[in-house]
Amino acid sequence: MDVLSHLHRQIADFTASLHREGFLDEQFTQLQKLRDESTPDFVNEVVSLFFEDCEKLVTNMARALESQTVDFKQVDSSVHQLKGSSSSIGATKIKNICIAFRTYCEAKNREGCVRCLQEVDHERVLLKNKLQTLFRLEQQFVTAGGSIPALQ
Amino acid sequence: MVEENNFRVLVVDDDSVVRKIHEMMLSKHGMEVWLAENGKAAVDLHEAGARFNLILMDLETPIMNGREATRQLRAMGVDSAIVGVTSCTSELEQRNFMAAGLNDCVSKPLSIHKIASFLPFTNTKNVITHGCTSSSSNSNRIDNEST
Repeated sequence: MDVLSHLHRQIADFTASLHREGFLDEQFTQLQKLRDESTPDFVNEVVSLFFEDCEKLVTNMARALESQTVDFKQVDSSVHQLKGSSSSIGATKIKNICIAFRTYCEAKNREGCVRCLQEVDHERVLLKNKLQTLFRLEQQFVTAGGSIPALQ
Repeated sequence: MVEENNFRVLVVDDDSVVRKIHEMMLSKHGMEVWLAENGKAAVDLHEAGARFNLILMDLETPIMNGREATRQLRAMGVDSAIVGVTSCTSELEQRNFMAAGLNDCVSKPLSIHKIASFLPFTNTKNVITHGCTSSSSNSNRIDNEST
């Protein structure tokens, strides 16, 4: 098997595993289909933006949950935003945690909120590492002479 | 290169990830995309004379939410297709949003197939704008500073 075919296979298998393990859903596939030769970095850019925003939201929520008087409405607003952006990039696990997280916000349950926030942060780190691996493989594929459309 | 078809869309969402994705989905199909970070920016744009074939309106935006923005746009006589896009699962919230004057309301995430389903609602006549210019790129962004 030549280098390109080997890399292509690796990328396909790795992507399939991310879907199988519930990290990503069909929405991520839709994003990948949007990129082409003129916008090869589209998915990377969107994902980078997502993780930047996600880290800010997690920091803000952590600060809010440490307050003596927790503003659950503010926390809920951040969770709502994170739920929207995570579903838009296909980050299933993070999205699902946000659904549970909102329930705890509505119930004004600080412990539940803190637990969910920890889960969100854990999944954020995991997903970021997984996607960095995927993007690295794709970059190797392109460097070896492969084209973006071949990855779709 | 995709040929522009003068179909103009305004994407109203406070989330930069969502704006970027919707912008790509729409411009890839030849639509001219304008971006607004909140409901007030959308209303301001229309007060300045801009008009759109389709407005994708997020419900929860700061300064002015999507429901209030929709209500104001309809009160101004804006007859563009306005589709609510929200990750809010409450049926009551969605009903209230619809009641503000939406043509339809869908949940996030958007896909190009969902977008295609809105097209029958749109006005296919050319959009006439007054005093608004678009940049050389396909996308334009309007935002308001928080008060």
